[in-house]
Amino acid sequence: MDFNCLSIIIFLPVAGAIVIAMVPGLSARLIRYIAAVFTFIPLVLSLVLFCAFDRSAGMAGAVQFQEMAAWIEPINADYHIGVDGLSMPLVLLTALLGFLVVLISWKVELRVREYFAWLLLLETSILGVFCSLDLLLFFIFWEIEVIPMYFLISIWGAGRKEYSAIKYVIYTLFGSALMLAGILCIYFSTGSLDMIELSQSGLAMAQMVIPAAPMFFLLLAGFAVKLPVFPLHTWLPDAHTDAPTAVSVVLAGTLIKMGGYGMIRICLSIFPDSAQQYAPLLLALATINIVYGAAVTLRQTDLKRLIAYSSISHMGFVLLGIFALGELSLVGASLQMFSHGIITGLLFAVTGLVMHNTGERNIGKLGGLGKQMPAIAAIFTIGGIAAMGVPATSGFIAEISVFLGAFVSKAVDGLHIYTIISMLGILLAAAYMLLLIQRVFLGPVLKKYSGVKDADKLEFCYCAVFIIAIILVGVYPMVLTDVINSGIAPVAAFWGG
Amino acid sequence: MEAIIPNSLVWMIFLLPLISFVLIALFIKPFLNNSPRISGYITISAVAGSLILSLWLLTSLLNTPSHELIIPDFNWLIIEGSINIHLGLTIDMLTVIMCIVVTTVSLMVQIYSQGYMHGDPGYHRYYVYMSLFTTAMLGLVMVDNLLLMYVFWELVGLCSYLLIGFWFHRPAAARAAKKAFIVTRLGDFGFLAAILVLFFSKGTLDVSQLHGYAVAGAIGSATLTWAAIGIFLGAAGKSAQFPLHVWLPDAMEGPTPVSALIHAATMVAAGVFLVARMFPLFEHSPEALSIVAYIGGFTAIFAATMGLVMNDIKRVLAYSTISQLGYMMLGLGVGGVAIGIFHLFNHAFFKALLFLGAGSVNHGTKTFDMRFMGGLRKVMPWTYATFLIASLSIAGIWPLAGFWSKDEILASALSENTLLFVLSMITVFMTAFYMFRVVFMTFGGEYRGSEKPHESPPVMVVPMVVLAVLAVVSGWFNATGGFSHLLGHGESHSFTEGFFGILSHPLPWISLAMAGSGILLAYAMYSAKWISPHRIAWFFRSLYVLFSKKYWMDELYEDAIGQRLLSDRLFAGMKLLDSKVIDGAVNGVADTVVDIGNSVRRAQSGQLQLYGLFIILGVLAIVISLLIWG
Repeated sequence: MDFNCLSIIIFLPVAGAIVIAMVPGLSARLIRYIAAVFTFIPLVLSLVLFCAFDRSAGMAGAVQFQEMAAWIEPINADYHIGVDGLSMPLVLLTALLGFLVVLISWKVELRVREYFAWLLLLETSILGVFCSLDLLLFFIFWEIEVIPMYFLISIWGAGRKEYSAIKYVIYTLFGSALMLAGILCIYFSTGSLDMIELSQSGLAMAQMVIPAAPMFFLLLAGFAVKLPVFPLHTWLPDAHTDAPTAVSVVLAGTLIKMGGYGMIRICLSIFPDSAQQYAPLLLALATINIVYGAAVTLRQTDLKRLIAYSSISHMGFVLLGIFALGELSLVGASLQMFSHGIITGLLFAVTGLVMHNTGERNIGKLGGLGKQMPAIAAIFTIGGIAAMGVPATSGFIAEISVFLGAFVSKAVDGLHIYTIISMLGILLAAAYMLLLIQRVFLGPVLKKYSGVKDADKLEFCYCAVFIIAIILVGVYPMVLTDVINSGIAPVAAFWGG
Repeated sequence: MEAIIPNSLVWMIFLLPLISFVLIALFIKPFLNNSPRISGYITISAVAGSLILSLWLLTSLLNTPSHELIIPDFNWLIIEGSINIHLGLTIDMLTVIMCIVVTTVSLMVQIYSQGYMHGDPGYHRYYVYMSLFTTAMLGLVMVDNLLLMYVFWELVGLCSYLLIGFWFHRPAAARAAKKAFIVTRLGDFGFLAAILVLFFSKGTLDVSQLHGYAVAGAIGSATLTWAAIGIFLGAAGKSAQFPLHVWLPDAMEGPTPVSALIHAATMVAAGVFLVARMFPLFEHSPEALSIVAYIGGFTAIFAATMGLVMNDIKRVLAYSTISQLGYMMLGLGVGGVAIGIFHLFNHAFFKALLFLGAGSVNHGTKTFDMRFMGGLRKVMPWTYATFLIASLSIAGIWPLAGFWSKDEILASALSENTLLFVLSMITVFMTAFYMFRVVFMTFGGEYRGSEKPHESPPVMVVPMVVLAVLAVVSGWFNATGGFSHLLGHGESHSFTEGFFGILSHPLPWISLAMAGSGILLAYAMYSAKWISPHRIAWFFRSLYVLFSKKYWMDELYEDAIGQRLLSDRLFAGMKLLDSKVIDGAVNGVADTVVDIGNSVRRAQSGQLQLYGLFIILGVLAIVISLLIWG
């Protein structure tokens, strides 16, 4: 580890936020450029780390690019960060979206200084969650994220923005309160906050303060709200619908991945037995997420709300992959997290363009835009195709890995049934996506939109980045699966691979 | 070309159209938008290259004793101990035949499109999709792994979606595109389930390994049957077999060359190819094989009945395609790979030709409605001649291509199952009738339209002539059993006594008589007018309504099930549940907490006297409890 820059990646955005917030007299234009620079460098560095990541089989499960410093010695809390195969792709994803959302926000004119400061703080907190290897540090990063989210939704949002912002905050805090209780239980049982040590030694030796199962569920609650798992999902459509475009992209792209990441990193790694015991319950919820989420999506009339509900369905695949407890299914779940990040990120970005350029978000009032905004229509169609899981896109490879992995996993009974039912999700996904594309972009041209703008150069460029990522992973999945598997293999080994 | 084709050039068969796709999509369309012809030329040369290489591949294969080439593969998705997917090509006779069919028809269609799509604002986009389609279709027939087959399988479906909806500003085209994708995906559900079952059972998706397991009986019979049925469900979706046939007639909303290539010759035949590719699985599952035969036989006659009454020339051809695909499935079910694929081979040429003819007619008359045509034999002699040849071929008239493959299917059906034989014989009659109904309504009599018709330009006529030649001669490959032999058919159910020898059997005479009487009836009704079509329609009016309303299956699927049952009842109910019950509970909890807070707040009045009172009450309560329980 001669070259180590994980801390730089994490804290550069917040440094940018401080510069933006504190230095007086910055013009809006300069603020945008500062934000772009302070997010672009972490993106480059995380790409470097991704390339430097050691994928060899001997490194399976090993944490790379570690940094460790004593922090609060009396309680054994350390500043301990590092990445393994599970978190590396998510760090890359967060850094990528962190830069792209600055570009997506280029046209924000309201209180520019505050806006970008909050946006950059948000990126730091999410990166921190994915890199932390100490439970207390993890929890602090986890909680920081709520503050910028609240302001971003309630000031720059639309519609019932205050309601949605408060709902988001309270729901999240409710989950994290339970999670904190879980973390405390772990600490008082083992005296350790080190996530690596805990997952290696397990709880077998520990003097438990409460049984493992309640601890498992306390921790799961926080992650389940975030993912979100049915029936804890109703904050998500509201928050997405009313958030500004860039925040929807972050929310769907990376924030909710914290839930899936936490489940694998903490619930599965530290409580493998409880996870196996209660897997049927969570698999049933996953199936509901997928099918019910897709069914509700089909009936949405608001453009952003529809995409938001489709996220619930897609995150069901993550939950299915996780609690199928097979190696391939877990790899699939991780792939799905990455893939959903770029696909839904793209969909929210381009939906924002449609809404911005037409001034309309009601699907019933849109139509025939394919002629008037051909570039946006093409981009949206590519995103939609990826969301339907068509091959050559990352959506396909993620979903097929989840299906194959879940179907062959022997860790839980009844997986065949859960998997087959979940496959209805891709059928419904085709229905809602194609219906959406048809109603917004196809059909006769409407006069009222005769002067609308198509995507400009900047918008086209950031959408192209999403598309390249989607197709790269779809055509050659090994760019990610090698890395992911090195993190998943030791976790999956608990249940015999 | 005696030399064996190098491996890299085998890859080029598949890569040339891909290069064309990338080139047009990324460079020509954005930067050279003013010179549209270039995209056409690039696509045509790429496909022509693939065709030449496919022919070289065929000769190479004939020169290798095993008739098989294995091309070294690339790692695609490998997770140690979990999954192992290589991107590799296995070239056997089936692959080569499919490659030749795809590239030949594609080449003709791309050339023809230069005339047909002339002046269309979406010219580049058209060739982008067409190149991508050709790539995916070649990929589908060449890869040796079930998962990668599924990849290309879905990609051809995507191209079909994009091309059906090519003129997306037309609501009918937009609807048809969506319908096609969703109905075929319903079938793909089965295909994917079969992939999961096979992967679970054997841990591999390598086609030749799976063949090996099936032949060795290493896959449990129930597993095998379910997997085969799942595969067939996927095939039935793609190949528009009953009850998933409803999308194909609507798919005619796409440009006509697209119908010729995708919805007649190649993609819809992919279902037949899939069953043929996985045939060892079907062979070892009698149940699955008989499902294939029965669904195929039923679809053949079922679709033909609807073809009898349509007035839109492309719709007649669409139902005819469904019916012929049914024949191919029947051929697979009762005869085997060689018999089904031989019909696929012949059908590709004559049906593509029929569609190109319909497009040519449309080019001249600006309509697809045969009621506004007539008399075109005079103004469009080339179109007429080629269309007539194709019609005779599909009707199964000796010695044209359709005759040879159809008779093999009939002969196999006769030896296997009398019911299916009778059904397919009736279908022969219907096929001849509806095709010649089209011929007489379009080319015979007097012109009834308003546009002034004209013959199409040479760029459209020449491909039709080439296909017409193929529609005559392609059947001769099996006159002495050569085609079947290549596909590894030792014992043959068919008559392979040569060009004239076949006529020494009674069966060909029966089928020729059936076809001849169909033509005669069409002549009597639509050319000589001995019998009035209206009186016939009135006489069989209940049947006529049933056929022309397409058995009300669109209404059943789209209105009753799709809209009323699922969308308006079930999904709307779930949405209501979500907003009222689940989110209602969330907000209810929040409101309750606020209410409790409000009521408890009254206690925090800020009056010290009141707080003092509470303290005294509390202390008293503690003291009393200590006295009682202490």
